[in-house]
Amino acid sequence: MYRSIVLVKQVPDTANITGNVMQEDGTVNRAKLPAILNHEDRVALEVALRVKDRFGGTITVVTMGPPRASDILRECLYMGADHAVLISDRKFAGADTLATSYVLSEAVKRIGAYDIIFAGRQAIDGDTAQVGPQTAEKLGVPQVTYLEEIVDLQERTLTAKRKIEGGYEVVRAALPVLVTVLKDAAEPRPYSARRMMTYKGARTLMEIEKLTEGNPLLYADALRHEYESRDLFIDTLTMDDLKLDADRCGVHGSPTKVYKVESVVLAGGGHAIVEPTRDGIGALIDRLMEDHILG
Amino acid sequence: MTTTNGNDVWVFIEQRGGVPADVSFELLSKGRKLASAMGGRLTAVLFGNGIADVTREAFRHGADETLLADHPALRQYRTMPYSRLLTGLVRERQPRIVLFGATIIGRDLAPRVASATRSGLTADCTDLQIADVTYLRKTYPQLLLQIRPAFGGNIVATIITPDNPVQMATVREGVMEKHPLTEWTEGTVTPVPYTPESVDDLVAIVEQHREESRVNLKGASIIVAGGYGLGTRENFALVYDLAHALGAEVAGSRAAVDAGFIPPERQVGQTGVTVRPKLYIAIGISGAIQHRAGMQESNKIIAINSDPDAPIFSVSHYGIVGDAMEVVPKFIEAYKNKLK
Repeated sequence: MYRSIVLVKQVPDTANITGNVMQEDGTVNRAKLPAILNHEDRVALEVALRVKDRFGGTITVVTMGPPRASDILRECLYMGADHAVLISDRKFAGADTLATSYVLSEAVKRIGAYDIIFAGRQAIDGDTAQVGPQTAEKLGVPQVTYLEEIVDLQERTLTAKRKIEGGYEVVRAALPVLVTVLKDAAEPRPYSARRMMTYKGARTLMEIEKLTEGNPLLYADALRHEYESRDLFIDTLTMDDLKLDADRCGVHGSPTKVYKVESVVLAGGGHAIVEPTRDGIGALIDRLMEDHILG
Repeated sequence: MTTTNGNDVWVFIEQRGGVPADVSFELLSKGRKLASAMGGRLTAVLFGNGIADVTREAFRHGADETLLADHPALRQYRTMPYSRLLTGLVRERQPRIVLFGATIIGRDLAPRVASATRSGLTADCTDLQIADVTYLRKTYPQLLLQIRPAFGGNIVATIITPDNPVQMATVREGVMEKHPLTEWTEGTVTPVPYTPESVDDLVAIVEQHREESRVNLKGASIIVAGGYGLGTRENFALVYDLAHALGAEVAGSRAAVDAGFIPPERQVGQTGVTVRPKLYIAIGISGAIQHRAGMQESNKIIAINSDPDAPIFSVSHYGIVGDAMEVVPKFIEAYKNKLK
């Protein structure tokens, strides 16, 4: 029996930028990108599910994000997570990796005892790979990053294969430990139809409050209890719930600031056009030989 | 006692099995410029066992001082002892800047140290500069501008760490240029004591397998690269044919790697290798920014593509619009004729 926590993130789907999100000036309209569960986090959940399938235990998924990040938590419930927690507060906006890891580590402490924390190696919107190690540091637990495979799990020891430069190494880690997984570590399972039927109705506190708005017959507290009793309540935590230090959250808690952003706009032209003929290519090769670029 | 080394630049020197990583010397060359711009010293931070010769290389690349921790327990990189040791040094000596390679080791170590010291950390910078900055109506002298592509490579962001004493950044291998100095002096080697603690052994290395890559894209003077536009593995053979004729190395875009045309260790781009050869020939590569980021510093670039609007032409010196299946054989034939 292992108690797992999986850290997940909702990200804009930057990998699939199609024509309709490109603006006329050649930049990307972020708002038009679909929001998805970061793929490596989905793989992390799959690895956690395999541990649960084999050894038993529980899986709690945790995300910090805006209210609509509840979408990815429901997806995690469809895959097989037991509990979901949304950490959401306007005061978390603009957090860099240090402020994010502070909030996540405090939320993990609040969730309670755990054996393994799983996370994707990095999220596709920032590609920093920093939040996993920073959360481990704040929790005072060791880390195994770039995980390719869990080789064995016995009692309080995890044996894992991780990528290193030019190869791999096998390490033995004492639990509790935080691992970050690579995309090839496991093929994520599809959603279970039965679980989808059940958990499509799972709601966060904000979503429940929205249901009661304008309906005098519904009371948020009563409704929340109903969702809780049917196991459809997505635990929702704010800065106050977690008793966090405001100076370490969001923009205030972020030492790094974005000073300037420039869209990448392609400069046209500038290159010499070479005709795709024998003569054209011949002349190019002459030129390169004269310049001692080709010998 | 805390000493403040207000303007010092540190570079973490990464070694694997006693062999220092190229990226560490690239960072020392960059760090030399940053330190000079701030009037500070450049310090190499080196952990390992029996690695004293590496210190000479560090001085040859501009370091004024090496902080050296030499202990059998530090022979191989492990997160816990390395991060504990480096965290202690940063707290005690307060450098202004700490640079790491954006390698697996650097990306494992840097966030751990940044978290413990509550420093700002920016990943995968493609350029670093020192400048006086006005941010939110306050003026900050000599800040580190940390420039990196963001948001899937569609924007370039400049990140600053205005209010924290220590600014940390990681940089990918091949992005900065290595400049060994012709005239250099042996600097100071400051031994750093290491006392084992039980937390250091929470993760133990059971075995390690490393294959020396025979691919040397970074050292190649000519690279012929193919992309997804070639369509099939059979067509991709043309890339090898041209490379063979020119005595060049073969490379590919991420799409070519994903399609199985070429092995991953030959990928050029933001998530692959950054190269700057004398000549780069891109065949059937559309030129997404992630690819361009890895090759646009090449001395001369030839693009061959059937789409005249392909972004690759924007970074090229010579553009050939046409079907690679016709253009490349002509290129090989013409080159062979010139050599006769």
